[in-house]
Amino acid sequence: MNSAMNEFFLIFGMTLVTFLVRYPVIGMSGRIKLSPQFLQVLSYVPPAVLAAIVVPAVLISENTIVIDHTNARLIGAIAALWVGIWRKNLLLTIGVGMLVFFTWQWMLAIGR
Amino acid sequence: MSIPQSEFLAGCRAIVPLVIGAIPFGIIFGTLAASSGLSFTATMAMSAFVFAGSAQFIAIGLITAGTVLPLIVLTTFVVNLRHLLYSVSIVPHVQRLSQSWKLVLGFWLTDEVFAIAIARYNQEDSSRYKHWYQFGASVFMYVNWQICTLVGLTIGHWIPDATSWGLDFAMSATFIGMIIPYLKNRPMIIAVLIASIVSVLTHELPHQLGLIVAAIAGISAGIIAERWVGNRDE
Repeated sequence: MNSAMNEFFLIFGMTLVTFLVRYPVIGMSGRIKLSPQFLQVLSYVPPAVLAAIVVPAVLISENTIVIDHTNARLIGAIAALWVGIWRKNLLLTIGVGMLVFFTWQWMLAIGR
Repeated sequence: MSIPQSEFLAGCRAIVPLVIGAIPFGIIFGTLAASSGLSFTATMAMSAFVFAGSAQFIAIGLITAGTVLPLIVLTTFVVNLRHLLYSVSIVPHVQRLSQSWKLVLGFWLTDEVFAIAIARYNQEDSSRYKHWYQFGASVFMYVNWQICTLVGLTIGHWIPDATSWGLDFAMSATFIGMIIPYLKNRPMIIAVLIASIVSVLTHELPHQLGLIVAAIAGISAGIIAERWVGNRDE
């Protein structure tokens, strides 16, 4: 980016396209009538999106899939999943997941 | 304390783990931007006006590589397309709000805020102030992103590699905890499994397109499964 003018248009353009994805549907929502079938479709969005974000974040590091004990994120994720299903408590799930992840990462580091 | 205030604060509290998870990304973004040739003002403006982590990262990469401006803007659009799923999903919950609320909630709709807000909207109590919860989560996420960008820009070079801290795992742990309550019937479980498998298969697709493909595959699988087995709770 060589000039202030270019930078202005860059930020302006990026702001505009981002806003044009996030806002219009919400802005028009007063006039949108969603069928019960479509609401049913929408109920799958959060779990599907969350899984699509978290699974690669846990399994893939530097473009390689790592499924073994050297992947501390995987161990932490398994712990979180187990506690989450067992106790159904979000804070506990996050806490135990983080604790197991950091402990495992630390053990991998000293074992090296 | 009034109800809107307590919803606002509850939203702030709920997003804490995701705020923590975003800290290293904000700092790294600021640090990379500083060495990409983008000015201080433009970097802060990008965080303030665009406010889209993944898109900002990709834009910095493209700037460093000398990509032409229209292509950077087009890429930003593609990277942010997933937000369309989020805005459609919150339609039933924000329909009745004023236009200014819709502007505010739309501008601040990120992955993290969506995850937190939709969980609140789906709770069965009849609070009329659930949008204040989303507002609180949005504000906290936003302020944190600005501070982290600034920290990266100014003292980023003295901070040891933030990717190695592992703080980003806070997001993964939170999202795992948030998926679990959905796993109440077979179609939901199938939707999550298919989205997971497809997300790994498509991880090499550029610009977060793998996320969209995986999410749509998961949603479709859930709908198809519903037709086949019905969605009786177990």
